[in-house]
Amino acid sequence: MSIPAGWQIDIGLEIHAQLNTRSKIFSGASTLFGQSPNSQACAIDLGMPGVLPSVNAEVFKKAVEFGLSIGAKINQESRFDRKNYFYPDLPKGYQITQMDHPIVLGGELNILTSDGTAKIIRVTRAHLEEDAGKSIHDFKPGLTGIDLNRAGTPLLEIVSEPDIKNAEEAVAYAKAIHQLLTYLEICDGNMAEGSLRFDANISVRRQDAEKLGTRSEIKNLNSFRFLEQAIHFETERQISVLEAGGTLVQDTRLFDPDRHETRSMRSKETATDYRYFPEPDLLPVMLTTEFIEEIQSSLPELPSKRAQRYQTAHELSTSDAALLSQDRRLGDYFDAVLTFSGNAKSAANWVRGDLLSKLKEHELSITACPISPKHLGEMIQLIDQGVISGKIAKEVFGALWSKQTESAGDYVRQNQLEQVSDASAIEPLVDALITENPKQAADLRAGKDKLLGFFVGKVMQATGGKANPQQVNDLIRQKLSEV
Amino acid sequence: MNLNFATLTDLQKALRNRDVSATELTQHYLTRIDALDPALNSFISIQAEAALGAARRADERLARGDARPLTGIPIAQKDIFCLQGQRTTAGSKMLGNFIAPYTATCSEKLADAGAITLGKTNMDEFAMGSSNENSYFGAVHNPWDPKLIPGGSSGGSAAAVAAGLCAASTGTDTGGSIRQPAAMCGLTGLKPTYGRISRWGMIAFASSLDQAGPMTRTAQDAAILLEHMAGHDPRDSTSLNEPVPNFSEDIGKNIKGLRIGVCREFFTEGLDPAVERSIREALAVYESLGATLVDISLPHTPYSVSAYYVIAPAECSANLARLDGIRYGHRCLDPENLQDLYQRSRGEGFGEEVKKRILVGTFALSAGYFDAFYNRAQKIRRLIKEDFVKAFEQVDVIAGPTAPTPAFPLGEKASNPVEMYLQDIFTISASLAGVPAMSIPVEFANGLPVGLQLIGNYLQEGSLLQAAHQFQQETHWHTLTPPEAL
Repeated sequence: MSIPAGWQIDIGLEIHAQLNTRSKIFSGASTLFGQSPNSQACAIDLGMPGVLPSVNAEVFKKAVEFGLSIGAKINQESRFDRKNYFYPDLPKGYQITQMDHPIVLGGELNILTSDGTAKIIRVTRAHLEEDAGKSIHDFKPGLTGIDLNRAGTPLLEIVSEPDIKNAEEAVAYAKAIHQLLTYLEICDGNMAEGSLRFDANISVRRQDAEKLGTRSEIKNLNSFRFLEQAIHFETERQISVLEAGGTLVQDTRLFDPDRHETRSMRSKETATDYRYFPEPDLLPVMLTTEFIEEIQSSLPELPSKRAQRYQTAHELSTSDAALLSQDRRLGDYFDAVLTFSGNAKSAANWVRGDLLSKLKEHELSITACPISPKHLGEMIQLIDQGVISGKIAKEVFGALWSKQTESAGDYVRQNQLEQVSDASAIEPLVDALITENPKQAADLRAGKDKLLGFFVGKVMQATGGKANPQQVNDLIRQKLSEV
Repeated sequence: MNLNFATLTDLQKALRNRDVSATELTQHYLTRIDALDPALNSFISIQAEAALGAARRADERLARGDARPLTGIPIAQKDIFCLQGQRTTAGSKMLGNFIAPYTATCSEKLADAGAITLGKTNMDEFAMGSSNENSYFGAVHNPWDPKLIPGGSSGGSAAAVAAGLCAASTGTDTGGSIRQPAAMCGLTGLKPTYGRISRWGMIAFASSLDQAGPMTRTAQDAAILLEHMAGHDPRDSTSLNEPVPNFSEDIGKNIKGLRIGVCREFFTEGLDPAVERSIREALAVYESLGATLVDISLPHTPYSVSAYYVIAPAECSANLARLDGIRYGHRCLDPENLQDLYQRSRGEGFGEEVKKRILVGTFALSAGYFDAFYNRAQKIRRLIKEDFVKAFEQVDVIAGPTAPTPAFPLGEKASNPVEMYLQDIFTISASLAGVPAMSIPVEFANGLPVGLQLIGNYLQEGSLLQAAHQFQQETHWHTLTPPEAL
């Protein structure tokens, strides 16, 4: 959708990312998804009287990893606040969150816009908080069920500046956050299980207007598609109201994907007063400089840095570099293949070609790959050393994949797949071919270079693919020029 | 020996010498509770069977000779401490049927040390009150005179010990709820440094102020009980990671040279002249023991009540939000919708004082009022803390009255909240600062107990207990018992 002429859009995203800790942020209960209702909620998650929260230190580490990855300032004094409101799936009647002292301040993220140019989206802040449970309306006619398994799951809420100018940029930014969180392995990124949810703050204004327009917040978008659609519908709605001479009220809205519309939940006037105040059950946590420095030094190489390295140090194409650096484990795998093979181009071709398609075919992740990077690297070495041809390599790859062998070298030896690089073994074959095919030989000699392939193919066929194609090439040319 | 008013130390000895068995002792108190408590109403529930079971096990242990420090000692616990499998009401209709699925850390520690819990004591609803008239389970009567209040909010715990219905009890103190009832009932009551005793399993009133503590006949008993209640607990982030000193062994040292600060702001207009006389008399005793009195000022004391009545209600407005009728606790009949369920469950479940404080706290935290109330109160709180820090550069202990008057008649102040709130005028500042403070009985006024408040520096419960113990070595006020026939 293009933006109507004369209008511009301003979008800020609040992204709720579930951090992948094993236990909850303020209790020892498990965060496993998909268990039977209320089986993963302990007394703390249930908000029983007299129980107290204690912070799972893992969440600080993960939040700091994220903050450092976007170049943010880390708030060393981490405090929690209570956000008060009544709802059946909020057991304590307040949510423990960070209002005044978010752990991550500032930072920025690069995205690619639709015309391929890079753009910076500024992050305002990111803070830690607990997730609420779930209300299951009409689970029996007229009754609402409460499942508190999710209550207390740690969330990192990442708030952006209104730097996003259209739905495509919003999706690009959301995907960039998704990629970074999964790359850092601090969030499983499973959208279907609600591990990442978006609230979009959207406003429109005339092209020449300096001030931001009246905004609406669209809550709880749980897919990139819904995010995109909601922005389209909402901007359309806002522009049509304004073009009809109407005014907008600041409100919170729900997106209805079935009816293709956003609906107002509450306006600013009727908004809840959350009565934030410092959480007295948790003392401020001081993150030491050493703690932050240790995280800094153990941060993985980030995707953009990695892609850059692949392009400059290893001369990979932009697309190879981007593909191999988007997933941390894939990048690690590739780096290892690179180390064992010493051939970046070939390693990239094998990994993004044969390996990824096999993984895809078998629905495996790179961490479950049956071929170790060492063995793939050794196979590439065999090609480079002229021991096997590319054609034989495909067979060896298949054997490695199906675990017929662990070592490419052994397999080649046992099956006598070594390339025949001994000229004395090939020469008689070439001589015979030239004699048997005088016309083709004459044409080739006359400059019909296409026919070289005919002769090479014949030799390869006769050797069962074991001849060294380059050597065969050279030998044929040599023989023809001799005559 | 007379078991009714025996101290913990006496009972420890008697149990070990097999002069009395844990079962006899437990049965003795249970019989007294049956006979005397209907007039006092100090217990909300009695766990006779569980107590007798524990007593049998204690006797086996005593017979084997591996008694723990409190083995066989029957105590009572304020009904704010969760005990697994037992009803824990916090004095409220809201939790009238609440069976706790876990045990408070300090109760667990006491049980581990061998103490036997006889039952749960009455209290002002959610610990909000200074007279114990705010309990859903009815008012508690003062054993010294049943027409009088026992103080609050740990009024049941105070009355039960004072009447000899148990050897000692636990209480909680948010703004004076251990010290003031101890003063009114002639007991020794200690509110430790904030964080000394874990708050896990103790139903919260105001999280940044709540502290559990012992209510006993003597300072020595308080020292013994404190040793078995205190200690770091990873389940309470505000609990202090500090070693627990051997309080009961350290109290014997003399107090020659102890510098006692006499705070000018504690001798104000509202102080009953009879109470003031008793306090001055007690200070004279200290001088005779070799202590030096130093005139000091805690200049921000006059603002403490105002600050407290913003901070405590603000915290309680959030702490009590979980009592919504959804998962446990009182739920109204046939709610029409969610709003109705919330409104009627909470409307029916909470008493007037609790509702008042929730409203005050909600207001103080509201947008537009937060700075004027909550933030300002926190500023006062910091100033009060600084007052104490400065004062303790000059003195070791600060002394003054615990409450402005002795126990007053039931109903007298019920309609005058401000006058009721002023009951805590001398106790609140130590709560806001988080320093330890205790009350010990001094010379009676008009036949009624009067409490001397001793306030110590952070983690200096030892100095307080030592000062209290030395005073009790010289005086007999703590040995007086109320008239037996109620």
